[in-house]
This record gives sequence, C-alpha cells and structure tokens, in this order.
Amino acid sequence: MAEMDTSSSGGHKKGPGVKKGKKLSTRVDLTPMVDLGFLLITFFIFTTTMSQPTAMKLFLPKDADNPEDQNKAKESGVITLLLGKDNNVFYYEGQLAPDGSNFKSSNFKDIRGILLDKKARTNEKDLVVVLKPSSESTYKNVVDILDEMTINVLKRYALVDISPVEEQLVKLSDAAGGASASN
Amino acid sequence: MGRAKLPRKSTNIDMTAMCDVAFLLLSFFILTTKFKPAEAIAVTTPNSVAAKVAPDKDIVMITIDKDGKVFITMDEEQKKEAVCNALNTQMNLNMDVAAFKKAGFFGAPFGLMASFLALPEDQRKGEKLPGIPVLDSTDNQMVTWMRAITDAYLGTKINLLVKGDNAAKYPAFKAVIDAFKKTDQLKFQMITNPESVPTGTELWKKTMSGEKREE
Repeated sequence: MAEMDTSSSGGHKKGPGVKKGKKLSTRVDLTPMVDLGFLLITFFIFTTTMSQPTAMKLFLPKDADNPEDQNKAKESGVITLLLGKDNNVFYYEGQLAPDGSNFKSSNFKDIRGILLDKKARTNEKDLVVVLKPSSESTYKNVVDILDEMTINVLKRYALVDISPVEEQLVKLSDAAGGASASN
Repeated sequence: MGRAKLPRKSTNIDMTAMCDVAFLLLSFFILTTKFKPAEAIAVTTPNSVAAKVAPDKDIVMITIDKDGKVFITMDEEQKKEAVCNALNTQMNLNMDVAAFKKAGFFGAPFGLMASFLALPEDQRKGEKLPGIPVLDSTDNQMVTWMRAITDAYLGTKINLLVKGDNAAKYPAFKAVIDAFKKTDQLKFQMITNPESVPTGTELWKKTMSGEKREE
C-alpha cells in the first residue's frame, strides 16, 4: 500500500547537509490559565455581597394636645441644635437669649466635640438634645445629626419643629454665615 | 501468549475544555454582577452607623427623591388591594384595582392617580412623575394614604421605611413624619448605607468593650 511519510523520522532520506528543524508541539499547558480562571471566579463569587441597606430606627413622640402634658426638661440640661443651609449647624444652650447672644454657629465636624462637652458638664438625667432642622436643611443633615446622637450615646433627644424666630435667625446667620462658619 | 497489550497513555490531559468552561463562568459572573439595580426613582441614601439590616417583608416604603417628591411602595398584593378599595370609595377615584396591584410604586396626586396607573410601566420614571403632594399643610395627601394603609394593615405589623435622598429638603420629610404622627404610626425606620463607627467615640468604645448596642 502506498503511504505518505508524514513523520520526520525518515531522516536518512534527506541529504546529509540538510538540517532538521526541531519540531515544537503547538500544545500549550493550559493548567495555569485554568487556575487563574477559577481563582478569579472564586474572587468574584466571594466579593459579591448583596448590597444590603441598613435601617435606622426612630420613635416619634405622640403629639400632646395639652402643653401641660408635654415633657418638661431642665433648662440647664438642654442643648438645642439648629440645622441650617449648606450643612451649617447652630446651637444654643438652655433658652435662646432675646438678643441672641448665646446663639453660636458650628458645623458637622465640630458638633461632636460640643455635644461631648455638654454631656460631660451636665447630669445625665437632665441632658436633652433638641434638634430643630430648618426648612433649608436636607434629609442628609437630619440623618447625620441623628447618627451623631447614636455615636455619642445620647439617650434623650427629640426632633422638634423650629420656631419662626429661630428660623429667621438661622436664615440670617446662613446669609452672613459662610464667612463666620468657615473661620 | 494471548496477553492484551495495554496501550500506554499520557498523563497529560487536554486542559482546553476546562479552560473554556472556567472563562465562560468567569465572563458570566462578570456580566451578570449588577452593582446596583436600576431603580425608577433615583435615590442616594445617607450613611449611618446603624447596623441593623433593613427588613424586606411587610414593608411600606416612603421614598423621598432629591426634589422632595414623595412616592409609596408596598410589597403585599392583598394589602394593596385593600388600600386601593379604601381610597376608591373614600375619594371616588375609580382606580383600576388590577393596575394598582401591579404598579411598583405610587406617586401622584389623587386627581391624577387614574392616569398614573394608565401609564405603561416603563414610562413611570421618577423625574417626570408629580409625586404625592405633601407640602400643602391643609391638603397633605400623605395623611389620607397613611390612613388607608393603617386600616389595611390593621392587626398586622407594618415595617414603615423612609428612604430619603441626601439632597431632599427637610419640609418634605417633616410632612411625611407628620402624616405618620397623625395616623399613630410612631415607629419607623430610615434606610441608610452602612458606615463604620468613627474610632475613639463613645459608641466605638462601647462596641470595643463588647457591650451590645441598643437598636
């Protein structure tokens, strides 16, 4: 039977001067590539966390119809935080002085120190933080300040409506405010 | 004599097929990993240190988008039906119950609810929708919604969730809270992204000392 010689083994057929090219296999060892592939797969599987949102609880106080039924707080233990525009925070301790002398401005970075300072100075039973977001503040501000309550372990705090006087004061300070808040 | 000769086999296996499978799986995982599902209402939630995972059953979620527009999402079909019927009789709305049950969220003044439900699902996108009017203090429609919802969930637990955008202004949030208060729903949760507790703070010290956190 006639067969074609495809093997290169028949070297003797070629002339003595013809050099034989070394035949390399076209096969590549794919094992490392498979390893890498599966490594990446496992990486993706393990790092894919279902983006789980968390929830923050908030309990609302029941509206008291009678002013007498409302919770009373000792004036010395109260600190009121007012949230203004552009992440400004204003605060005063106790009652707001008629001339606004105890009305101070702050921001979200410094407020932690102020709250801790107040906490250290007052009896734990009397400490109440009153939060009054103005109409210019954002939802983020409210959540941030509530978070600040959790971070500083302040047990008694309340979200209260802002009074027109305070609203006005916050607005004025906001307008003048960038400057005083920045320094 | 007649002993069968075992062919000598190479120990090398052809890896090509396995490699194919590996990369096929890899590309499948890369392509199907969605980082965040596209939502009809784009909302970026604020961060908080709260560690509790948000519930996903029996929820009534109030979404406030960046312009302060309010939307309601409910997950239970039965309750939706009850809410729809209550609103229909109370406000004379003629809403299609089947469409109401199918809709993922609601966000229109009562007058426009029927046309809102008539819109095809893919056209109900956050920016164009009116949202539920809440800012008018004499006509806070959220209160009517909450009443219908409270009645529908009577006797069962509601997980009230508020999902607000960072940039949403406070009055919209306050209007929603007021509606909660008016219907005696005094417990609710705000959806946030988890954030680590800042080191050195009191809460951090507490967690470090192994004390359990109050939720």
